[in-house]
Amino acid sequence: MDGFMNQTEAEFSYRLWRHDGAQGELIPLLQSAQDHFGYIPRRAIKYISGVAKVPESKIYGVITFYSQFRLQPMGKHAIRMCTGTACHVANAGMLLETIEDELGVEVNGTTEDGTFTLFSVACIGCCSLAPVMMVDDDTHGSLTPVTTRRIVRKVRRKALAGEKKAAAEKPEGDAAASPAKE
Amino acid sequence: MSKILVGMSTCGMSAGAKDTYKTLEGLVDGSDNELTFTGCIGMCFKEPLVEIREGDRRTIYGHVDKKRAKEIYETHVVGGEELPDYIVYQEDGGNACGGSEQQFLERQERIVLRNCGLINPESLEDYEDRDGYQATRKALAEMNPEDIVAELKESGLRGRGGAGFPTGLKWSFCAGYESDVKYVVCNADEGDPGAFMDRSVLEGDPHAVLEGMIICGKAIGAGFGYIYCRAEYPLAIHRLQVAIADATDKGYIGENILGSGFNFDIKIKQGAGAFVCGEETALFASIEGERGMPRIRPPFPAESGVFGKPTNNNNVETYANVPWIISNGGQAYRKYGTEKSPGTKVFALAGKVAKGGLAEVSMGRTIEDILFGIGGGIKEGREFKAVQMGGPSGGCIPAHLKDTPVDFENIPKTGAIMGSGGMVVMDDQTCMVDMARFFLDFTQDESCGKCTFCRIGTLRMLETLERITRGEGEVEDTDMLAELGEQIKQASLCGLGQTAPNPVLSTMRYYMDEFLAHIKHKSCPAGSCQALVDFIIIEEKCEGCGVCAKDCPVDAISGILKQTYVIDIGACVQCGKCLTSCAFDAIYTVGKKVAAS
Repeated sequence: MDGFMNQTEAEFSYRLWRHDGAQGELIPLLQSAQDHFGYIPRRAIKYISGVAKVPESKIYGVITFYSQFRLQPMGKHAIRMCTGTACHVANAGMLLETIEDELGVEVNGTTEDGTFTLFSVACIGCCSLAPVMMVDDDTHGSLTPVTTRRIVRKVRRKALAGEKKAAAEKPEGDAAASPAKE
Repeated sequence: MSKILVGMSTCGMSAGAKDTYKTLEGLVDGSDNELTFTGCIGMCFKEPLVEIREGDRRTIYGHVDKKRAKEIYETHVVGGEELPDYIVYQEDGGNACGGSEQQFLERQERIVLRNCGLINPESLEDYEDRDGYQATRKALAEMNPEDIVAELKESGLRGRGGAGFPTGLKWSFCAGYESDVKYVVCNADEGDPGAFMDRSVLEGDPHAVLEGMIICGKAIGAGFGYIYCRAEYPLAIHRLQVAIADATDKGYIGENILGSGFNFDIKIKQGAGAFVCGEETALFASIEGERGMPRIRPPFPAESGVFGKPTNNNNVETYANVPWIISNGGQAYRKYGTEKSPGTKVFALAGKVAKGGLAEVSMGRTIEDILFGIGGGIKEGREFKAVQMGGPSGGCIPAHLKDTPVDFENIPKTGAIMGSGGMVVMDDQTCMVDMARFFLDFTQDESCGKCTFCRIGTLRMLETLERITRGEGEVEDTDMLAELGEQIKQASLCGLGQTAPNPVLSTMRYYMDEFLAHIKHKSCPAGSCQALVDFIIIEEKCEGCGVCAKDCPVDAISGILKQTYVIDIGACVQCGKCLTSCAFDAIYTVGKKVAAS
């Protein structure tokens, strides 16, 4: 895990280093920070402030203005339930309740085991497949409460199986994986 | 040898086009058939779509999953025998000649979508084969800036982002200001929930937008362009990046384009999730790396836009029209559409319409023509209630106005706006009060907070509407909503606040009886507002599993296993838990019965 953090930090630092002071680069920098950390940690704000010569308070203002940026880490899998117009008409509200019930969290919450974070988004743009949700990068359309629960359970099972597998393989896996990374 | 094209836009991929493509990839491997992909063909309701192209003959198959892909490949491509049951559209030498959905495409007139679904959007050669960059050549070699502006004025093209400002006039304003640096901005921050025209154009024909921007740059004397695209469209951004790289390699973008001495560069800026950034001055602030808040106009962007320099900002669809107009002339463009709204417009059909997808038609065709002629009417044969146009800034047009021609003159008369082209269709199960609440919830959340009336006024309106949908409304509420709505419209700086009350005002105009049913009778006639409905179990669908009874927090559901369960309406607290737990879709809601008075 430590190695992973160091690696993304190095990439993020590279982007900071490459920053040439051009006007209007703050949002792309924040986006790259979020790409690498999964959220925007306090120290990233500090780095960006130093390089881009923008006060931390102003960066914080920009972060909180845009819904894309997060100040808290999120779960391993993001569920984005679309609640745009077409999905709303197709009863997305009820499906959102279904997911909340299934996961036991509310919108913008992360499950206790850190597997899922639930978001409600305005429009994914697949209106003709409404109602739609995205689990990470996969889009699922024409949902009903039953299929929604099925999809969520499937991802949860996979995540749990993956964790168990990783735990079982850890002693060997670590040694094998680290040289390959370099 | 045939060419196989898989529709790979976001909607196709979410319907499973990736799997279809992989299956075909395995089959095509080693044969002389060619497999490629294309953008959105427009028939989203039949995705994933696969086209077999043999010379001039195009056969499009619908709902192609892995199994069907194999069948089509073996029977049609290898065996030479078509599968008429799956064919949605067929064309021979440019003339439609069959398929179950022939009229969906046949009734359209495609200028903006001229290449969507026909070319590989990541291939510059495909675009060039369809006369791509000919307009740029013409504009750079044969025309001076005044000619370009004149041609656009001649065409009468009006901005496709919603407001409908004449594009030629806008360009001439910006051309009139002297400055060392000017910018061309393409607004691809398509935030309206229920609209996906711009995404489809960017994913299906990105070069057309680039070409429009280059020509604009020449016309106004700008050397730099920004495309502000929302981050929620990763595929559109990817295809734009590919297009920009290819066009740069080929010398269509960069220094001394095609030897004309004209320089132009294009950069993509990703949005970060703020609806208000679709407003041009907020968009400029966002490009500059600030909080995306609107500024006071004047000065208008033509004088002071991005980084305080003269800027021309147009919508994706507007730019996509430009190359066609330059190639074919303004007069040719005027053959489409009406006197005051020339040309075509792309609409995104969604909601309860039977055939959701993209439809490009001449301006001035009626709502009925678009929804029923192309969209195939309402899903499951239900009753058409209203169509919402213009998203959170627009309004609902009720069924009895379906003869209204769709153009910049007639739509505003109904209380809605043209908007960017989203058409969300509603049937008798949609509650109009809830729709008004839904849109206000959206704009309230997206209000940037600069103007008090927009920031607090929309919240007060939302609270009132929420109260009404909970059955706690009072008769005076409707007057208060109307009054506050007018005040918000007058006291807000930008388009978001000025139009935010529209969905409420327009639904109150046509559906006052529904508001009163909620307020006086505490009943939701559409069976949608949970607090104002009765929950009923459908006998035929109930399998008697008992899950709903187990989940019910107030024990209002009773019954015997494997027999139909019953809900005690008196005990029910309308929490909706049973609705989400039933595996057989056996529970439905109806408006509470109004006691005869």
